[in-house]
Amino acid sequence: MPAVQETVDQVRSIDVDQYKYGFFTEIESEKAPKGLTEDTIRFISAKKDEPEWMLEWRLEAFRRWQTMREPEWARVSYPPIAYQELYYYSAPKRKTALSIDDIDPEILKTYEKLGIPLRERDALLGIESGGAKVAVDAVFDSVSVATTFKEELAKAGVIFMPISEAIREYPDLVRKYLGSVVPVTDNFFATLNSAVFSDGSFVYVPKGVRCPMELSTYFRINERNTGQFERTLIIADEGAYVSYLEGCTAPQRDENQLHAAVVELVALADAEIKYSTVQNWYPGDSQGKGGIFNFVTKRGDCRGDRSKISWTQVETGSAITWKYPSCILRGDNSQGEFYSIAISNGRQQVDSGTKMIHLGKNTSSRIISKGIAAGYSDNTYRGLVSAHRKATNARNFTNCDSLLIGDKCGAHTVPYIESKNSSAHFEHEATTSKISEDQLFYCRQRGLDPEEATALIVNGFVKDVLQQLPMEFAVEAQKLIAVSLEGSVG
Amino acid sequence: MAMLDIDNLHAKIDGDEGQEILKGLSLKVNPGEVHAIMGPNGSGKSTLSYILAGKEDYEVTDGSVTLDGEDLLEMEIDERAAKGVFLAFQYPVEVPGVATMTFLRSALNAQRKKRGEAEISTPDFLRLVRDKAANLGISQDMLRRGVNVGFSGGEKKRAEILQMAILEPKLCILDETDSGLDIDALKVVSEGVNALRSPDRAMIVITHYQRLLNHIVPDFVHVMHKGRIVRSGGKELALELEANGYAEYQQDAA
Repeated sequence: MPAVQETVDQVRSIDVDQYKYGFFTEIESEKAPKGLTEDTIRFISAKKDEPEWMLEWRLEAFRRWQTMREPEWARVSYPPIAYQELYYYSAPKRKTALSIDDIDPEILKTYEKLGIPLRERDALLGIESGGAKVAVDAVFDSVSVATTFKEELAKAGVIFMPISEAIREYPDLVRKYLGSVVPVTDNFFATLNSAVFSDGSFVYVPKGVRCPMELSTYFRINERNTGQFERTLIIADEGAYVSYLEGCTAPQRDENQLHAAVVELVALADAEIKYSTVQNWYPGDSQGKGGIFNFVTKRGDCRGDRSKISWTQVETGSAITWKYPSCILRGDNSQGEFYSIAISNGRQQVDSGTKMIHLGKNTSSRIISKGIAAGYSDNTYRGLVSAHRKATNARNFTNCDSLLIGDKCGAHTVPYIESKNSSAHFEHEATTSKISEDQLFYCRQRGLDPEEATALIVNGFVKDVLQQLPMEFAVEAQKLIAVSLEGSVG
Repeated sequence: MAMLDIDNLHAKIDGDEGQEILKGLSLKVNPGEVHAIMGPNGSGKSTLSYILAGKEDYEVTDGSVTLDGEDLLEMEIDERAAKGVFLAFQYPVEVPGVATMTFLRSALNAQRKKRGEAEISTPDFLRLVRDKAANLGISQDMLRRGVNVGFSGGEKKRAEILQMAILEPKLCILDETDSGLDIDALKVVSEGVNALRSPDRAMIVITHYQRLLNHIVPDFVHVMHKGRIVRSGGKELALELEANGYAEYQQDAA
């Protein structure tokens, strides 16, 4: 696999403290006043030209949020977040772009630098050079700046647009599904998001339609002291199929930044949603200064019979990750999958995992989690598998492996298993291992230097999960893994 | 100048206050020669192979080792590999999830790069592996499996020889390659090794038993005991050891 070689080259070319995406784009932006009050929410809602019901929904969430407390059960520690010192809305000053040519050239340049083509003709060139066609929605701070291939998708009946537009153009669909998987009251961060979310992607795939291309959203936090609160809602109607990928980066900054997103997936009967994430938010420097607080609620609802939702995540960034993409297996014979690679290095703290809630009959779920801890980092897998009393013949297989690199890091596995139905069949396997001196010696005796050897061993360790990613992203992810582990050996 | 020149080598386990394992070992190996090192368990044979390969658990306390006149002990493990030192492990290590094919290619390219050579092209690499693997009876399926994962004892040793054939080292060190092999596997492995004998390649074959040397016929046989070479001779020395055992040397020591 040539990607291994590329991985290795990449590792070598990057210094320990260098985060490739850490640049900042100089651009004039328009912000909501600092802090969070009902006025902030009215400001955001007015900016988005939202209908009254949406504003009410937000205000209700805000009132609720004020009564809630930040969760403390995760195995992470961080200083208190000054919610009144943050900006909750920041948008590039230029008017909303109608076509790609109206977008501020500085923003286009930013995405070019990140390797995300927003011009469709550039993306089409990618096809000739062997890449697959991917429709992209680009979110810059609080707003979506461009969505590509809209027309082609529309021909297939697929709706793919910023959620702020969907609220205006498809209010019935949005109203029906928004908050139906992650209720407004779900948890502290989800409730905060419900109050202040400014943009994100909306996808609707109609009955029986197989979405003709990969859909992708690229999130970029640019502005200082700004939280990003995106909201993604994906609905696959009966028999539909969609594969969706999100990527994330942020500039390198000394202060922490908050990212509290909510993602809701709804799969109706016989539908399938495949959701992949390559998360590479700025992780902070080697001393733990700066970095993104990634407090995200992601949940999929297998609402119809025989539906399927599959989460695949490669988590390499963020100072703190608090994230449990989950599946509610409501429909009979529905299936949930969670494939995860979580890598922590430096002072990063990861508390991530999944929940598989078996409600329907003959539901099955599969969890493959690979945690890799290096440096001084802490890496926790936290997972819940539960079977409701009506979930006859629920099946789960969990495999949770942790790999330690060095002796200053920690890996923890916290599985919760609850079964109220005696026919449920849950299996849990877990291993923790270290990259052994013998493995390193063996690889180096064959000519690989310590970093090449580590990259190779780690890529072997995560192979089962990488295989779940769409091909072109698997190569990206492989490179990212090597870069994240740079400087972890020796 | 000898290709490999080991002079008065003393070594102990790193950080250990205890006894030296190698106590003044000297050996010269020229290109084209095959040297067998025999000796009872605990005589320091495997330690010698690890020190030549650069394993970090040992400390050299005296003496020197040069490869083509360069100080071998100063080089990193992977640098030694790129200079042509290959160790066929007694217990090959598993690398789960990394296909044997991927591993071979990564290793070959890493070495070529260190030597300032271009990477091998995919068709050339596939051809190379196919040819060498067929001779050793290694199936495509085995090449797709993780390195040494689920391999039988014989498969592991054959895979080691395959790596050796692909990497084309200058100095091959075979550490107890015969251990755990039945007679058929021993034949296949020995044929593989013999095919690699050449005027510019040297081999050090470490073994406890003479039977391997019926198949890989050495130019020189050395008896190692208590960290030193106590006797050297031609291939007939191996037969003598087979007949009389190592008792003679162990008595000397007592």
